[in-house]
Amino acid sequence: MSAPVLWIFLPFLLAGFLFLPRNQKVVALVACVFTLILTLAAWLVPIDTALNFGNWSFKLSSSFEILGRRLILTSADRSLLALIYGSSIFWFASSLANKTPRRIIPLGLAITSLLVAALSVEPFLYAALLIEMAVLLSVPLLSTPGKKPGKGLIRFLIFQTLAMPFILFSGWLLAGVDANPGDLGLVQQVTILIGLGFSFLLAVFPFYSWIPMLAEEASPFAVGFILWMFSTVTIFFGLSFLDRYTWLRDSPSLGIILISAGILMIVTGGLLAAFQRNLGRTMGYAVIIENGFSLLAISLGVKSDLSIFYMLFIPRVLSLLLWAFALTILKENYSTLNLDNLKGLAHTWPFVASGLVLANLALVGMPLLAGFPSHLAIWEGVASRSLPALIWILVGSLGLFINALRTIFNFVTVNEESPWGSRETILQHFFLIIGIVTIFLIGLFPQWTLLLWSNLPAIFTHFVQ
Amino acid sequence: MISVLNWIALLAAMVTSIGLLLHQNWRWGVGLLAVQYLSIFWLVQTHWPVSMAAAKLVTGWMACVILGMANMNAETSGDTEASWPQGRLFRIFTAGIIVAATFALSLRASNWLGLGMPLTWTSLLLIGMGLLQLGITSRSFRVILGLLTILAGFEILYAAVESSVLVAALLSIVNLGLALTGAYFMNVTQDENS
Repeated sequence: MSAPVLWIFLPFLLAGFLFLPRNQKVVALVACVFTLILTLAAWLVPIDTALNFGNWSFKLSSSFEILGRRLILTSADRSLLALIYGSSIFWFASSLANKTPRRIIPLGLAITSLLVAALSVEPFLYAALLIEMAVLLSVPLLSTPGKKPGKGLIRFLIFQTLAMPFILFSGWLLAGVDANPGDLGLVQQVTILIGLGFSFLLAVFPFYSWIPMLAEEASPFAVGFILWMFSTVTIFFGLSFLDRYTWLRDSPSLGIILISAGILMIVTGGLLAAFQRNLGRTMGYAVIIENGFSLLAISLGVKSDLSIFYMLFIPRVLSLLLWAFALTILKENYSTLNLDNLKGLAHTWPFVASGLVLANLALVGMPLLAGFPSHLAIWEGVASRSLPALIWILVGSLGLFINALRTIFNFVTVNEESPWGSRETILQHFFLIIGIVTIFLIGLFPQWTLLLWSNLPAIFTHFVQ
Repeated sequence: MISVLNWIALLAAMVTSIGLLLHQNWRWGVGLLAVQYLSIFWLVQTHWPVSMAAAKLVTGWMACVILGMANMNAETSGDTEASWPQGRLFRIFTAGIIVAATFALSLRASNWLGLGMPLTWTSLLLIGMGLLQLGITSRSFRVILGLLTILAGFEILYAAVESSVLVAALLSIVNLGLALTGAYFMNVTQDENS
């Protein structure tokens, strides 16, 4: 058996079968058990090394050939596989506690396997095509049955589709640069094409307008999953570009471009979040800000090491999951996610309100919460290079913080004396409490996450490890 | 003779892409798209084996069939374009600008890429027309037509530089996926369970 069969083809096949059962609990249970097995296999089973059990020997080969090209998953990729599939377990399991559509699990599993395929395909530029297929599969996930597709969904489809030609074509030009690295004109053209491709793919300023739109009109749970999954895979895909092409990695303008794009995303996202009254859109802006922080983390570590970037991984998935989960519960019970409509929420939905606010504050980088250590490291890194840049970043974070304060104010404000209560179900209590406690634990003991991401640098061969 | 046929393919692509921009009737849209794929087939087969280029043609026609069937099944809402401007004169004017701009661009691009003028111009023209389509519409069917047109233009150019079977297969899947997405958009208003 080969690793791509185990981590790509089997989940994709299972995703197809998971459309058949009508019972969501069965679907969620099967998906969770299967992704748990994949996570444990990624954690424990070495690739390209024979395992002997008595007389029986088992070896997981790293490569799978398809139509003249190869899918390759090596031992170095195991930690990323474990993180991707491990995170998916939490998304799939928590879908049981709210009324998310049944299709989220099979489609989510299929999207995950396609995106893993995107990270493993050789030549790696073909990843753009696999990402586009995942985008197409996301459409039914993000559309609301019975409603016309919203502008956010249409823009998501357009922008993600436009990314593919840019990346594929830049791949062809990159071969020319390899042959003739001294051709500065060609290098400039390639850089522009790659930049445009990734700007569309990662929704870099100004191509991020679809994120808040989508976060407002679609299921917050589906949006959270898609935004987390796509941005994670896109960033790793982008890093593989930097890893392979020394001229791109050593380019003096790379750091400036990454920092500028990151700051623009943080500042604009933060300022727009500060004036935002729709909680769904706020989550969208938070994702934009987080993507900006990712770019900053990469710019800080591209010539030294990317530890700060890897540190962002766990707090982000946790905060986003908690935020999306809380919003989904609210969306099931309230007609809109507008703050004016949710006054006094802390009295009736205390755990949902706490989870939502804490997730927001964790992504702001509040002390004691999960996002603080990684954000602090970025602030320090940026401050050592440019103080004005740090001030701009803090302005952006302040915008999201103001939104969190406004949310708290609205949640605790009640017009009349209303009794305290908790309308969450037992399962919702369970997931919300686990999320809240974990956000605090990771904030207090960030070194615990080291075990999960310490092997991630092995994916890249040329970055300093 | 082949060179003349390339120019005829360019003309066909020009007429069909402008037609896609002007005609709001879905039947015209699907028909013009089908003819457009014929010209794409011809231009692609100058670099690819006919069998592989034919796969592109078949995929394109399958996309047309999917969109046509979806339109037939969809409830005719009769919605009009919400955005300004909607006039036919404006569309002809902007299409003219795209034709002129892509002609100017293709003069340099054909030298740079080492490809024939009809091929480069057709590719850039389709990309330009597709982008224009996306810029002036918010209707899902028109958006899908625009995306398919952009991809068609890109595929002509990409076929000249990449002849991998896997890429051809994945691009075909993407084309079909876009058509299915369009069909989904058109029928999504019906109850999920029905």
